[in-house]
Amino acid sequence: MRVQRNEGPAFEAETVGVSVDLCLLIPLIEKYKGKKGNLIPLLQGAQNLYGFIPQEAFKIISEHTGLKINEMYGVATFYAQFRLHPVGKHIIKVCHGTACHVQNATSITDSIEEALGVKDGQTTPDGFFTLESVACLGCCSLAPVMMIGEETFGKLTGKSAVQVIKEIKIRESAS
Amino acid sequence: MENTKVIVGLGSCGIAAGGNKVYQKIKSLKEADNLTFTLDKTSCVGMCYREPLVEVIDDTGSYLYGEIDENRALEIINQHVVNQNPVKEYLVKSDLYPTPDEEFFQGQVKIALRDCGYINPERLEEYEARDGYRALKKIAADGIPRETIIQTILDSGLRGRGGGGFSTGMKWRFAYNQKSEEKFVICNADEGDPGAFMDRSLLEGDPHAVVEGMIIAAYAIGANGGVIYCRAEYPLAIQRLNIALKQARDKGYLGKDIAGIRGFNLDIHVKEGAGAFVCGEETALMASVEGKRGMPTKRPPFPAERGLWGKPTNINNVETYANVPWIINHGAASYAKYGTEKSKGTKVFALTGKINHGGLVEVPMGITIRDIIYKLGGGIAHGKKFKAVQLGGPSGGCIPEHLIDTPIDYDSVTATGAIMGSGGMVVMDETTCMVDMARFFLDFTQKESCGKCTFCRIGTKRMLEILTRICSGEGEEGDIEKLEELAYQIKDSSLCGLGQTAPNPVLTTIRYFRSEYEAHIRDRKCPAKSCKPLLTYEVIPDKCTGCMVCAKNCSVDAISGNRKEVHFIDQIKCIKCGICFTKCKFDAILVH
Repeated sequence: MRVQRNEGPAFEAETVGVSVDLCLLIPLIEKYKGKKGNLIPLLQGAQNLYGFIPQEAFKIISEHTGLKINEMYGVATFYAQFRLHPVGKHIIKVCHGTACHVQNATSITDSIEEALGVKDGQTTPDGFFTLESVACLGCCSLAPVMMIGEETFGKLTGKSAVQVIKEIKIRESAS
Repeated sequence: MENTKVIVGLGSCGIAAGGNKVYQKIKSLKEADNLTFTLDKTSCVGMCYREPLVEVIDDTGSYLYGEIDENRALEIINQHVVNQNPVKEYLVKSDLYPTPDEEFFQGQVKIALRDCGYINPERLEEYEARDGYRALKKIAADGIPRETIIQTILDSGLRGRGGGGFSTGMKWRFAYNQKSEEKFVICNADEGDPGAFMDRSLLEGDPHAVVEGMIIAAYAIGANGGVIYCRAEYPLAIQRLNIALKQARDKGYLGKDIAGIRGFNLDIHVKEGAGAFVCGEETALMASVEGKRGMPTKRPPFPAERGLWGKPTNINNVETYANVPWIINHGAASYAKYGTEKSKGTKVFALTGKINHGGLVEVPMGITIRDIIYKLGGGIAHGKKFKAVQLGGPSGGCIPEHLIDTPIDYDSVTATGAIMGSGGMVVMDETTCMVDMARFFLDFTQKESCGKCTFCRIGTKRMLEILTRICSGEGEEGDIEKLEELAYQIKDSSLCGLGQTAPNPVLTTIRYFRSEYEAHIRDRKCPAKSCKPLLTYEVIPDKCTGCMVCAKNCSVDAISGNRKEVHFIDQIKCIKCGICFTKCKFDAILVH
């Protein structure tokens, strides 16, 4: 499912003054330069480096490869995978596949929205969590499911989902 | 103990259920006591509802244990592996003891899934030991001509398992007939249907079967390039595919003069999708591989004439390719003996939703929906009443209870208004609202519409608006007719499968559950008690014992009351999640 992503975080703090090390792009560009069908891998590579695709990255890639910025931007906005804004440290992906939907995935998102004070697609002011809805995570028998980082949590209720998030916050604030 | 093997199921769902922790626990136990059994991993055997699974194979036979956590793993190692005393209470399948889960496997015929859950997918030897690459070697050794291979696939009756149902042999023949120096084979692994995970399981569990199928297809049509277009959401599948491709290259199954066939050169690589459902459509998929926006184009020309980079291309789905080596090994007749007159062979289904045994099943075509749900699936969860089954995802439809004896084959399913689809089968009970279900799918297709065709882009949006209105209790007379009108216009005026099928969930629910639509619109009621804006939760004072369970579970603290006193729900705070209703043991919550 297309990620429900409102453009921009809930609060302005993060987009201003984000500085990225553009030199990191050079090896990536060298790898794909001149290859057929390299546009998507280049964007995927850039996103892997920064967690999103910074505006400057479009310019650098364009200058080095000759790809047109408008084509790159067209592709980046077409596919759900690409982000044009920075995201929180942890991305909470709440599954809204069919199986999760019939097992009340909406209440999971509602509870998390309530607990974090952000809407679906937004990032918390402290930059800790980004809340997203995603397509099937493929763990349908454990529905409803959410994924934080590499870890998947299944058979959730609104309460237990919020509990998981609170625990992550406590664990990381302590360390 | 040296001969004992302990195998942990580590497919995506096994890992999600805690399989890795179990694997690590067993590993540490083995190392701590210098135990001599062999520890290995496999992928999903399809029994998702019992994950994590651990199999122990010893001199006496095979024992599959279900729902294993670290404590149970310890018991199994101590009692079974060390003391040869199987722990019967956790058994889900065994050659020696009957288990309540046996029905899940009865009636299944595993052809595409033949190795899933039986081999370590990261080891080529294990695939080879189960007839892997034998089909390719046979073609090389016997010098089987290309026409014969295509004829075998044609005779087997294999049809596209991605949902289209087009004859695979015919597709191959079209591509074979094209004259070109360069041709491509593509595997469509962009499994985008929510609620379907057959292809993921296959790629994670038996990547070589798909690769071998592609190699045979490439040989048959004369292709020299191959692409597997896989969803980026399936990291484990991509990882295992890349391992398999490297092994195949090292072993000479890919590269130059493959399997000793002179002049047969082929390499295959994995292309990660970037998250667009429409890329499951073959022309959009090819645009995406070429690095463009994944928008479909008009057919003809078909990919067989002008496909990837303008060259003749054959595109099949993961499951279709996985069937190919088996058909070559066992012959077309062995495959065609399963199924019905026009739908041959087997089909894999992902069984999910309100069902007891959710998981992956492979059944012969022609089996009835009833048999899948009640025999293999173990019936409806929590003793609820069966209402409908959704087949074909966002392109499909809901099949109601009175059609439960419909046989599963391409034509019978199409006659109900649904489609076979790629194999997602979501079971719904009396608590699922069919209007909400239609809204859910429309929400999906509306977001995923690429925007090229006006009716698909704007029409689905208008339909979604109407459905959202109905679900919020603001439906109007005439809405149903408006939905139908829009639906037929979208079907008629869209270029690709996404638009042509997007209205199906709405049309089938109107056809079979019109009264539910009417209840929403006329009475402002949701019969399934699912559409939140139409519901109110209240405590029934006479029944409330003041146990505080509801208050504890409420995520927004909308419930107040002291112990042993009647509780109260604050209607302003209440988000109508229904958790109080589910958790109350005394039926003291009233929904109306």
